[in-house]
Amino acid sequence: MTEDLSRPNPDALLARVKAEEEQKRRGKLKIFLGYAPGVGKTYTMLEAARLQKKDTDVVVAVVETHGRVETEALLEGLEIIPRRQVEYRGIKLTEMDIDAVLARHPQLAIVDELAHENAPGSRHPKRYQDIEELLEAGIDVYTTLNIQHIESGRNAVAQITGVWVRETVPDSFIDSATEIEMVDLPPDELLKRLKEGKVYIPEQIAPATESFFRKGNLTALRELAMRNAGKHVDEQTRAYMKAHAIPGPWPSAERLLVCVSSGPAGTRVVRNARRLAYQLGAEWFAIYVETPDAHLSPSQQERLTSTLRMAERMGARVATIQGNNAFSAVTEFAGKNNITKIVVGKSHRNRWQSLFAGSITNQLIRQSEHFDVYIVGSRGEPAQPEPNIIPGKRQPHNWRGYLRGLGLVLLATLLGQLLHGRFAPTTIAMLYLLSVVITAYLWGLGPSILVSVLGVLAFDFFHIPPYLTFRVADTQYIFTFLALLFVAVVISYLALRVRQQTESARRRERETAALYSLGRDLAVSSDLESYIRAIIKRAKETFGHDAIVFLPDPQNKETLKPYASIPNISIDENELAAAIWSFQHQRIVGHGTDTLPNAKERYLPLVTARGVVGVIAISATDTSGELTIEQEQLLEAYADLAAIAIESILLANEAQNAQVLRDTEKLQTALLNAVSHDLRTPLVSVIGVLSSLQEEGMHLDDVAKMNLIQVAREEAERLNHLISNLLDVSRIEAGAIKISRQPSDVQDLVGAALEQLGSRVGARPINMEIPAELPFVSVDFGLIVQTLVNVLDNALKYSLDDSPIDIRARQVGQEMQIEIADRGIGIPAQDLSHIFDKFYRIQRPDNVTGTGLGLSICKGIIEAHGGRITAENRPGGGTIIKLVLPVTESDHSNGEQSHA
Amino acid sequence: MPDERVLIVDDEPAIRKFLQVTLTAQAYNTIEAVSGQEALVKAAADKPDIIVLDIGLPDMNGIEVTRLLRQWTQIPIIILSVRGAESDKIAALDAGADDYLTKPFGVGELLARLRAALRRAAQTTSEPVFTSGSLKVDLERRLISVSGSEVQLTPTEYELLRVLITHAGKVLTHRFLLREVWGAEYGEEFHMLHVNISNLRRKIEPDSARPQFIITEPGIGYRLRTD
Repeated sequence: MTEDLSRPNPDALLARVKAEEEQKRRGKLKIFLGYAPGVGKTYTMLEAARLQKKDTDVVVAVVETHGRVETEALLEGLEIIPRRQVEYRGIKLTEMDIDAVLARHPQLAIVDELAHENAPGSRHPKRYQDIEELLEAGIDVYTTLNIQHIESGRNAVAQITGVWVRETVPDSFIDSATEIEMVDLPPDELLKRLKEGKVYIPEQIAPATESFFRKGNLTALRELAMRNAGKHVDEQTRAYMKAHAIPGPWPSAERLLVCVSSGPAGTRVVRNARRLAYQLGAEWFAIYVETPDAHLSPSQQERLTSTLRMAERMGARVATIQGNNAFSAVTEFAGKNNITKIVVGKSHRNRWQSLFAGSITNQLIRQSEHFDVYIVGSRGEPAQPEPNIIPGKRQPHNWRGYLRGLGLVLLATLLGQLLHGRFAPTTIAMLYLLSVVITAYLWGLGPSILVSVLGVLAFDFFHIPPYLTFRVADTQYIFTFLALLFVAVVISYLALRVRQQTESARRRERETAALYSLGRDLAVSSDLESYIRAIIKRAKETFGHDAIVFLPDPQNKETLKPYASIPNISIDENELAAAIWSFQHQRIVGHGTDTLPNAKERYLPLVTARGVVGVIAISATDTSGELTIEQEQLLEAYADLAAIAIESILLANEAQNAQVLRDTEKLQTALLNAVSHDLRTPLVSVIGVLSSLQEEGMHLDDVAKMNLIQVAREEAERLNHLISNLLDVSRIEAGAIKISRQPSDVQDLVGAALEQLGSRVGARPINMEIPAELPFVSVDFGLIVQTLVNVLDNALKYSLDDSPIDIRARQVGQEMQIEIADRGIGIPAQDLSHIFDKFYRIQRPDNVTGTGLGLSICKGIIEAHGGRITAENRPGGGTIIKLVLPVTESDHSNGEQSHA
Repeated sequence: MPDERVLIVDDEPAIRKFLQVTLTAQAYNTIEAVSGQEALVKAAADKPDIIVLDIGLPDMNGIEVTRLLRQWTQIPIIILSVRGAESDKIAALDAGADDYLTKPFGVGELLARLRAALRRAAQTTSEPVFTSGSLKVDLERRLISVSGSEVQLTPTEYELLRVLITHAGKVLTHRFLLREVWGAEYGEEFHMLHVNISNLRRKIEPDSARPQFIITEPGIGYRLRTD
């Protein structure tokens, strides 16, 4: 041995740390385990609870005393949480009020009867799930359980007692208990108490009381319970020893694989595998192999799903794998996962099927060298009720195929009659063979067998002497008949296989195509809304059911906001609660699951590596029927893809928001600079001028005074202009700019702008080329005038005093173009694309002042109108600023502006 | 025209002071009010000839003050407001204010508005013949001439011009013009108004692209220039 055995195994240590951490958050579970009703579990539990009461906050969530005085006496002094009243089909029932317990949040909750099934309409169908929630909330729980309710022990108990219990608790849940206390009472004493009427008989074993409470049975059950409790202690000790590096005989690292079939023996195979895995301390896997020729009926599918779920509950890792050949798929999976033992059920195929397809069990036995193979027999399995199949849902009978096959035989017979005498009878037999092949390929096995039998009969009747009788003169034709029949069956079977394979390939292709098309839709979408639309649309196409996507409500983080193909869909409270539950617990819930099975929809959390982003709901109850198992798997893959997509867009939005924030910060810095410099500079002159006018003894003459006042006034106006611009920019930035459109005459717009510029235009030649027949544009008059003022002001500032300014307007298609051209100094080519940016100022040789905001305001206003503004250098010198606004036809009624 | 009484309503002491000093220097008498309530009391008690009213007052806004004043007096009201508050200006004008000034403003502009408003108020009977520059309109004989040559107007254009002349110098809102010219059931048909203004300008303005007589008040309405 090269490994130092006494050194703690890091994996075991890590597992222990993890388990301890988990334990810190999770409440502790103590199970009082009994072997039969009446051994005193509840009594013992309450006694233990009273002991805890001194220094622990204990409440009774639910206890069934069954009118036992001694037990009721123990309840005295303990706080009892009132039960919830439930009405189901007119019967009043009481259930544990889980929400009240969670709200009360005691240190220890007493919850009797772990295996109890809740009334329909409760949050969880089973009480152990309620307890799980309490444990998750950090509440310790005491509970009671009888041995026959442990899932993997059910078979053994049924064999002993002949009673098959419906209410079971998964082994994985029992394994999670911190402590299991065996409540023991010798069978003789139990029988005595039974005679004295001191034992409450649960209804499920009431009819079998006689056979159940037999000494032999009780002894066997007692042994089973003791073994179970002992095993639990054993497990804990082993974990402790391993973590503390205490040497001991370790079981080899066994890994077990159970192959699940769709047959009725599936559950039994899984239970056996679980027991074996448990005894070996082995990790175990449950797989279902989907082969192209597998063809499951709805009831088989349902059974398969429930078997796989049961395996999952028992702690198996569950997978469905695909392969052309079941045997090679299983061995490949086993090889990859270092499986040492394989458990399979006895083949449920009949001889015929085995002949063609081979039996995986036989193949495994013959060919596997690396695995031990365990075969589970089918004896002792109590017949489980087949899942109810609604008659209407059964596959329609293929009577059309039979009719068509019949037609084909008639046709072949007619043709045969025409050719009779001209061709040899064996050639005519080919006609019938052809009919069989066609029927087999198109309409399946049944019709093709009918066709082959009819064909043989017709061939005999019409073409084999003596004619028109079924008698056969030459015995060699008997051989022809048999060959014909055999060929028909073989071809039918092969054709069926081909058909199934094609179908399966097609189905897989559909699935791939569905995921692919969703991926493609998402690739071309850029915002959350269109992502969600794509997800909903593709879900409807793929699953045939309407989908709803729930995302956290941005307004109220506590709740989810639904998105559906129908806008403003109303979701009732229960459905929303189910979605929220799925979101918070990251579990698939709703219709067809263990949690909230009464919901109308199936809810799948959209989980990614970073967490849960939302929930997708598929209405599984509408007219298109239930989801098939393939659809369920596809749905999960679909949800994963949707989750990743939504997360990616959320991350992108986050990044964008961060960018906006950075931009805003930049703007704020720029504003601060503007405030500190540009705002203060004019004030320097204003204050300076005013103080020198106030100062006595300055002896200023009137001309000097007038000059000073002129300077102060110009600077004050500059300040006013700057403040207006800053306010406009912040309004545009904040999106607070409000456009009240009204039909406006371009000539009027330009005229009003020139009017506002007033003296600044002076004697400047203005050439206007604005045709009178131009249509009106629907714009905010004041804002567009302001834009024109800004642009014209620039044109005046950056050109010589006597150079002309040309204003031209024309309609181009559905657009109005307004050009303002000057003969000024122009704009350097590298600046052309930046002059509409905020605070962008071109380096000017002369001292023309500006804020660097005017053109960015123009751009903001024009873009808010759905137009655009561009700058270009004018041939021959100067600048052209071009404003383009959309023209809306006949907007007489477009009076959005209100005067109120 | 000295000795006219101006009621200054503004809650900013600096602005009241500035107006008081300037107007006194121009031989006006001034009364001051710092709130809408005080303005209403002083308008009744001191009988001013004109009111300069800030739109943003601490107790009630200038629009409401205008509406209350108009219930019993036609005394001229000039509104003071900031840029960007166009809807407030329209509301005040529709409530009966005569004119508005956008803060900040120069003294020259203020005095011009005051004079114009006072002149309009003093004109009890409108002159039958209106003259402004090259434009001459004889309202009695319905004759319009520009630089001596007669101009033909459609009935609507004439009515529009007549309303503008009757309120010459005053800012008329779009809605006011529509109701006066087309009738009480009109008020939102801006397109109709703009088209007629355009046509009218083409007929009476020397350069319709740079109008001399009918001035556009952006986003608010039109005004006929008198000086």
